[in-house]
Amino acid sequence: MTWEVGSALNIAAILILVVVIAAMLIWVERRLLGLWQERLGPNRVGWFGLMQVVADMVKIFTKEDWVPPFSDKFSFVLAPNIIMIVVLMSFSVIPFAPGVGVSDSNVGVLFILAMASLGAYSVMLAGLSSNNKYSLLGALRAAAQMVSYEVFMGISLLGVVALTGSFSLRDVVLAQADGWYVIPQFVGFVIFLIAGIAESHRVPFDIPEAEQEIVAGYHTEYSGMKFGMFFVGEYLGLVLVSSLITVFFFGGWMGPAFLPGIVWFVIKAFVFIAFFILLRAALPRPRYDQLMSYGWLFLLPLSLLNLLITAAVILMGS
Amino acid sequence: MTVLFYLSAIIAVISTVAVILQSNIVHALIYLILSLLAVAVVFYSVGAPFAAMLEAIVYAGAIMVLFLFVIMMLNLGQRSHAQEQEWLSGKIWIGPSVMAAILLVQLLSVVTTEQAVTEVVEVGVQEVGLMLFGPYVLAVEIASLLLLAGLVSAYHLAKK
Repeated sequence: MTWEVGSALNIAAILILVVVIAAMLIWVERRLLGLWQERLGPNRVGWFGLMQVVADMVKIFTKEDWVPPFSDKFSFVLAPNIIMIVVLMSFSVIPFAPGVGVSDSNVGVLFILAMASLGAYSVMLAGLSSNNKYSLLGALRAAAQMVSYEVFMGISLLGVVALTGSFSLRDVVLAQADGWYVIPQFVGFVIFLIAGIAESHRVPFDIPEAEQEIVAGYHTEYSGMKFGMFFVGEYLGLVLVSSLITVFFFGGWMGPAFLPGIVWFVIKAFVFIAFFILLRAALPRPRYDQLMSYGWLFLLPLSLLNLLITAAVILMGS
Repeated sequence: MTVLFYLSAIIAVISTVAVILQSNIVHALIYLILSLLAVAVVFYSVGAPFAAMLEAIVYAGAIMVLFLFVIMMLNLGQRSHAQEQEWLSGKIWIGPSVMAAILLVQLLSVVTTEQAVTEVVEVGVQEVGLMLFGPYVLAVEIASLLLLAGLVSAYHLAKK
């Protein structure tokens, strides 16, 4: 077997590593939060508590997987699968390093956006099928939030696409050989960062699952492995957003030659993962209407302006 | 690519039939999303990746989300389920079946007489963009006016 983009070995390695990393993040997040909040976090099971994830997994696999009799069973079972499938599919167009990746699609950016918009069905169907007031409220919030922030996510990426002249993610990385896009596209980077947090509904934008207000939001009725899929799906989303920021704005695998490309990619992505976790330890949750009006009244005009200026600069240069 | 085309075309037809036959509105909607995604794959297999991705983003990703949103707000539940089942039985099938059969005959006669294009030519994103803002710019502008009108009226209705 050969090691090239799209080979079976490559696909299997990426799939397994991404899922394992997402599961390990549960431990990383708890330890880092402990560090920043001056406590220890899970440190009993194995070395530094590393086996905590295995213990959690054993627990979640052996738990009773209850489907409520009042729910719509078809949608209830389908919903957690959608988020896993959609996020894992998004990883297929990410270029991790030269020769490492599943597909170098020439519409990669659009594919990512399509998968992000399909991800909304997972939370909506979960909330709707649970037949529970809190779930429904969570699903309504999630739907409005994800649909709105998708818009700015797409527009903020268009500046990068215009500078590169291609929708392929590998071309985006290669075009950053003489300078990362975070400098010319700083506004786009900030908007993408905010929209990325909202899309993966992490604190401070975890309004769909705000436990102080609506129990656990759309996954109130879920238990066992179905809940586990939502949980791991959220961490997969975190890994995805961090990888995307690395690819679009921080030169992907590019770095000084003393380390191989994949190591640079992992280091950069992990910096953003740690940033998202720190954000959780630092920021309170905004109110729901604040989130929506901030998006539509501030981020949308800003991202359009950014695109307009980028396009004007490119036209003047050519 | 031919296998991909026929496979996704079959899925599109079956799931569209399922949309009509389903009495549970949420299930019907899931089949409709599946059908739109299958159509996106059809576009991809005949060499239009840009159209395929837009089909997935705009139709399957955005418009259907709004449909689901409305269903969620209305909270139809069991009542509409029973009503749908009532509608889907008996004589109601005759009229639509006859009309659909006439369309099918027309479609088949067109397919059999027309010269089939078997060669797949991939149309890139830039070519689509140049076409839209070159020869078809008038259509784009008219569509944008329509959208603006929709936006203004939605704002007006929401303000009341």
